[in-house]
Amino acid sequence: MSAMITLKNVSKWYGDFQVLTDCSTAVEKGEVVVVCGPSGSGKSTLIKTVNALEPFQKGEIIVDGMSVGDPKTDLPKLRARIGMVFQNFELFPHLSITENLTIAQERVLGRSKDEARQKGLHYLDRVGLKAHAAKFPGQLSGGQQQRVAIARALSMDPIAMLFDEPTSALDPEMVNEVLDVMVELAHEGMTMMCVTHEMGFARKVANRVIFMDKGAIVEDCAKEEFFGDIKARSERAQHFLSKILQH
Amino acid sequence: MMGFDFSQIGPALPGLMDGMVLTLKLLLLAVSGGVALGTVLALMRLSSNRLLSGGAKFYVNYFRSIPLLLVITWFYFVVPLIFKWISGEFVAVGAFTSCLVAFMMFEAAYYAEIVRAGVQSISKGQLNAAYALGMTYGQAMRLIILPQAFRKMMPLLLQQSIILFQDTSLVYAVGLMDFLNTARSKGDIVGQPNEFLILAGVVYFVISFGASTVVKRLQKRLAV
Repeated sequence: MSAMITLKNVSKWYGDFQVLTDCSTAVEKGEVVVVCGPSGSGKSTLIKTVNALEPFQKGEIIVDGMSVGDPKTDLPKLRARIGMVFQNFELFPHLSITENLTIAQERVLGRSKDEARQKGLHYLDRVGLKAHAAKFPGQLSGGQQQRVAIARALSMDPIAMLFDEPTSALDPEMVNEVLDVMVELAHEGMTMMCVTHEMGFARKVANRVIFMDKGAIVEDCAKEEFFGDIKARSERAQHFLSKILQH
Repeated sequence: MMGFDFSQIGPALPGLMDGMVLTLKLLLLAVSGGVALGTVLALMRLSSNRLLSGGAKFYVNYFRSIPLLLVITWFYFVVPLIFKWISGEFVAVGAFTSCLVAFMMFEAAYYAEIVRAGVQSISKGQLNAAYALGMTYGQAMRLIILPQAFRKMMPLLLQQSIILFQDTSLVYAVGLMDFLNTARSKGDIVGQPNEFLILAGVVYFVISFGASTVVKRLQKRLAV
C-alpha cells in the first residue's frame, strides 16, 4: 500500500541558503506524525511544502497519488483535499464564523448554501462552538478561533490534516481545548502531520515522531522508540528534549 | 470700495444645478473606473511576472509625473483617434467622454498605489489560508484579500476622490460645462463674475470640507 503523503529527498533553498536538506519520510493513512525540533529547523517550511504553500527545488512529494511539484498538478484541487491549520489561526476577519466555514465549501467544492451550512455547523458543534456561529472571529478568544479553524478545515472533508504549530500562539490556558480536539481527531483515524512542541500530545496520540535540525530530518522513529530510551537518541535530539521535557 | 450684488444668482440656480450634476456624474464615473483600473494595476504591480509588474510600474510613474491638465487636453484630441482606430470609423466622442477617460486613466495611477499598499497590509497568512482551502489566486483576491484591503484603505480612497472632485474643474480647458465653468460663464453674462465665483468657492469648500470631515470620522472609527 502506498502512503498518503510521501516525501523523497526534498530540498529547498532561499537564494544560497539551504532551508531543507534531503528530507524523506512518509505518512500512512490514519497515521499521526509529530514533527518537532528547535526553531529555525525548517519544520514549518517542510509541512508547507506538502500542500505547495512553499515551493521546493529538489526531490518529490506525492500526496494521495498526486505529485505536488509537478507543474501540471492542479494545486487548488490538491489543496482542497488537505486541511491545514496555522499558528495564527488565519480565520477571515471580515466574514462571520458561519461564512468562514462555508465560503470554500461553496466556492471551491461547489456545494449548495444549505449543504455547506449544515456541514459547517456540524463541525462547529463538534468543536463545541455552535453558539458562536453568528459572531465574527475578532469576538472569539485565541483558543476558540483555532477550534473554528480546525472546523473550517474539516468541513472540506480532507483526506489528511496538516497542523503548523497550532498551539504556539495561544495563551497557556487555551492550549488544552485545542489539543483535546486534535486528540479526538487522531482517535477517529484522521491522517495527521503536526508540527508542535507539545510532547504530551505526541506521547498520547502520535504513531511516529520526526525530529528536525538545521533543515534535515535527524530522527524519524516510532513514538515508543523516540520517548523510550532518550539516551539512544542523537545528541541534538537529546539536547532539544532535555530543554523541553524538564518541566 | 466695490459693492457685491448677488441678485442674479437666484435665476441662475437651475443652470448651476445642471453644472453640478455634470460634475458629480463625472466624479462618480471617474472614481468607479479609476478604482477598477487602479486595482488591476495594483495586482499587476504585485505580480511576480516582471513584464506585468514593470508595465504597471511604468504606467503609474508616468501618469504621476505629468500634469492632469495636460492629460485632459491631450485626451481630448487622442481619444477620438483611438475610438476610430478601434472601430474603424470616425465616432464623435465628445468632451465628456474624453474627460472621463482622462480622469479614469490619470486617477488610476493614484488609486493603484493606494490599493497596492492596502493589499500589502493584509498578512501573507491570509493568502496562505485561502490557498490551503483550495482557492485560486483570483478567488483568494476577490473573496479574501481585496475585501479586507478595501475596508482598510477606504479613508484614503475617499480622500483621493475629494481631491478629484476639485480637479474635475479642469475640464473648463476643453469647454465642458461643469459647475465651475457654468458659474463663470453665467457670471460673465450677467456682469457679476466676482459674485458667481465667490458662490462657486463657497460650494466647493462646503462639499469638500464636509466630505473630508466625514472621512476623518470614518478613519477614527476604523482605527479602533
